[in-house]
Amino acid sequence: MKRTKFTLLKSTCVPLPLANIDTDQIIPARFLSSTSREGFGKNLFRDWRYDKKGNINEEFVLNRSEYTGSILVTGSNFGCGSSREHAVWAITGHGFRAVVSDSFADIFAGNALNNGLLPVVIPLEILGELTTLIILKPETIVTIDLGRQLITVEEEGISVPFPVNPFRKECLLRGYDNIDYLLGMKDEILAFEKRHSP
Amino acid sequence: MEPRTLFDKIWDAHVVKSVEGGPDVLYIDRHYIHEVTSPQAFNGLRQRGIEVLRPERTVAMADHNIPTADQHLPIRDAVSRAQVEALAANCMAAGIEHFGIGHPNNGIVHVTGPELGKTLPGMTIVCGDSHTSTHGAFGTIAFGIGTSEVEMVLATQCLLQTKPARMRITVNGSLGRGVTSKDLILYIISSISTGGATGYFVEYAGEAIAQLSMESRMTVCNMSIEMGARGGLIAPDEVTFDYLSGIPSFNSDPGAVRLLEKWFSLRSDPGAVFDRDLVFDASSVPPMITWGTNPGMGMAIDGTIPEEEESVTAGSDSYRKSLDYMGLKPGMKLLGHPVDYVFLGSCTNGRIEDLRAFAHMVEGRKKAPGVTVLIVPGSQQVARQAEKEGLTEIFRRAGFEMRQPGCSSCLAMNDDKIPPGKYAVSTSNRNFEGRQGPGARTILAGPMTAAAAALTGTITNPMDLMRSSD
Ligand code: SF4
Repeated sequence: MKRTKFTLLKSTCVPLPLANIDTDQIIPARFLSSTSREGFGKNLFRDWRYDKKGNINEEFVLNRSEYTGSILVTGSNFGCGSSREHAVWAITGHGFRAVVSDSFADIFAGNALNNGLLPVVIPLEILGELTTLIILKPETIVTIDLGRQLITVEEEGISVPFPVNPFRKECLLRGYDNIDYLLGMKDEILAFEKRHSP
Repeated sequence: MEPRTLFDKIWDAHVVKSVEGGPDVLYIDRHYIHEVTSPQAFNGLRQRGIEVLRPERTVAMADHNIPTADQHLPIRDAVSRAQVEALAANCMAAGIEHFGIGHPNNGIVHVTGPELGKTLPGMTIVCGDSHTSTHGAFGTIAFGIGTSEVEMVLATQCLLQTKPARMRITVNGSLGRGVTSKDLILYIISSISTGGATGYFVEYAGEAIAQLSMESRMTVCNMSIEMGARGGLIAPDEVTFDYLSGIPSFNSDPGAVRLLEKWFSLRSDPGAVFDRDLVFDASSVPPMITWGTNPGMGMAIDGTIPEEEESVTAGSDSYRKSLDYMGLKPGMKLLGHPVDYVFLGSCTNGRIEDLRAFAHMVEGRKKAPGVTVLIVPGSQQVARQAEKEGLTEIFRRAGFEMRQPGCSSCLAMNDDKIPPGKYAVSTSNRNFEGRQGPGARTILAGPMTAAAAALTGTITNPMDLMRSSD
C-alpha cells in the first residue's frame, strides 16, 4: 500500500507545553468504539477542548485562532499510557504532520511512524526556547527537513538536528509501507519457522 | 561466549533478520487480540487482499468495552456491540480461536492468557494493548503494539522492532505485613517517575521478587509500562513451573517435562551487563497511594503531597493541573480523605489472589455508608473460583456490587464510569484525567488499601484494620 511521503514540512506551530500527556487525553476511551481509522480528529484532546457540558473551552490552545499549523510542540514523555493507535489517528485527523518534544513514549513513537506522523526529538533547552518563541510569536514559521534531519526557524537563526532511524527515514521519504516490506520477506519468515522451536 | 541477559537470549532467538541500520524483524510466538484495537487491522488485510498467516498463534477475546452486568443479553450500546460482533466475525473468517462475551474462557486478555496456558516461558508475545507487559512474569518478552503492528503480525507473524536497552531492577529483602506487590511497583514508579524507564526493557530480580506468587509477579510486570518501559520480565523458576503444572492443558502435554528442562536455562548469565541497574529494598516499601494524574505521582499512604519538585521535564504546568483536577493541594495528607467509589478489578489486580486478599480483609464486615464498591473479576475462571471459595458471598454480605468479568471501570468504555468530581480508590493501573470517566478522580492503590477504603469510606492504612490473628 502506498503511504503519503514525508519530506519537508514548513508550518506555524501549536504549543501545548505539558509533560506526560497520555493517550487517554489525546483521545478518551469513550471515543474508541469505531471500527475504522477515520473520524477521530474531531475528538482530539476532547476533554480539554470542551467543558463538561460540551461547550468550547476558549482557553484551550486548539480553540485559539492565533495558533494554527501542522506542527504540535509539546512537553516531555508525550504519548505515554495506552497503546491505542487511535491517538495518532486523532492527531493526524486534526491535520498535524509532526510532533516536537524532548521525549516520546515508545509505543506512541512507533505508532506515529507507522502512520507518517513524524516524532521530532530535540534537546530540552531548545524545546523550551522554541515553545516560548511560538507562544509569543504564533506567526513563526518552522521548517522540518526530514532528508537533512534538521528543524529550523530561519528568522531566529535556530537550526537543530534531530535523530531518525535510517530505515524509518527511508520509508517516510519514499512513502513505503512496512507491511509490504515484511510481506516481501515471506520466504525468510517461513524458513525461520522451520528452525524455530516454540 | 559473552554473558547475556535473559532479555537478549529470548530476543536473539526470535530475530528473523536484522535490517541494516534499522529495526530487527522479530518473530512473534503468541498474539492476543481484542475488540478495540483489531478491527482496523483486519480491514487493512482485506484491503490488501491477504489472509492471516498463522491463525493458530492468535487468541482473541472481547474485554475492553463489554458490559459487566447481564452479559447474557445483547449489548445495548450499538457501537460497542458492533465492535464485539466485528471481532467474532473476523476471527470466524480467519480461523482464530475466540472467547466471546459470556464464554467460560472469557475475561481480560492478560488474565485469561496465562490461566489458559497460552503464555509460556521464552515466548515473544504481543497484543494491541500496553499492559501486554503482564505476561513477562513468565519469562517472556511481551509488549504492547499499535493497530498497524497488529496488522503486521496478522499478515506476517513478524514485527519490525528496534531492540530496547536493558535495565535490571533488583528488589532485596522481603515485603512487610499488609504490603502487596502493587505497593512495590507503585513505589518503584514513584521513585523513577512515569517516564523513568522509557526506552528500556526491565528484568525484575532479587529476593523479594523470587518470593512473589505468579499473580503478584504479573501485577509487577503489568505496570512496567507505567514507568515507560517497553516491558518487564522475571526469570522463570519453581514458582512459575508450579503455576504451569496446575494448568490442565499444559499438564496433559507429553512434551511438558522437556519444556520445563529447557526453561530452566532461561535466566541472565552471571556477569551479564545491563545498561542501567537499580536496587530497591522491599522492607522500606509502605502501602502506597497516588495523589496525581499519572502513576508516578505516588506516596506512602500516610505521606503528604509534595510541594512542586524541581522539574527536569519540559511542561511543568502538569503538577498544578494535576492537583487542580484532583481537587487536592500541595502539602496535604490523604489519610482520612473521603472516598466515593472503590474498584477491585483490572488486569493489574483482578486475579483470584487479589479477590482473596480483599475478602480476607472485609470478611464479616460491612462497607461504609455512601461508598459504592465494585468487584469485577478479571475472568470467568476467577469469578467461578471466587464463587467456589465463598468470596462472592462475603462480598455480597458486605454490600458490594459483584459484577461479571471485563475491563470495566479501569478505562470506563462501558457504563462503569465514576461520576465527575468523585473520588475512587482503584486497584487498576492508570489515574490519568478522565480515565475512569470524565472528571473522575482516581487514587491508585493495592487490594488491601482498597478494602480498607471500602470499609471506612476514607483513605485508611490497611494495617490499622488488620486483625491481630493476621
Ligand atoms: S483492565 Fe484496564 S489496563 Fe487492563 S487491559 Fe483492560 S483496560 Fe487495559
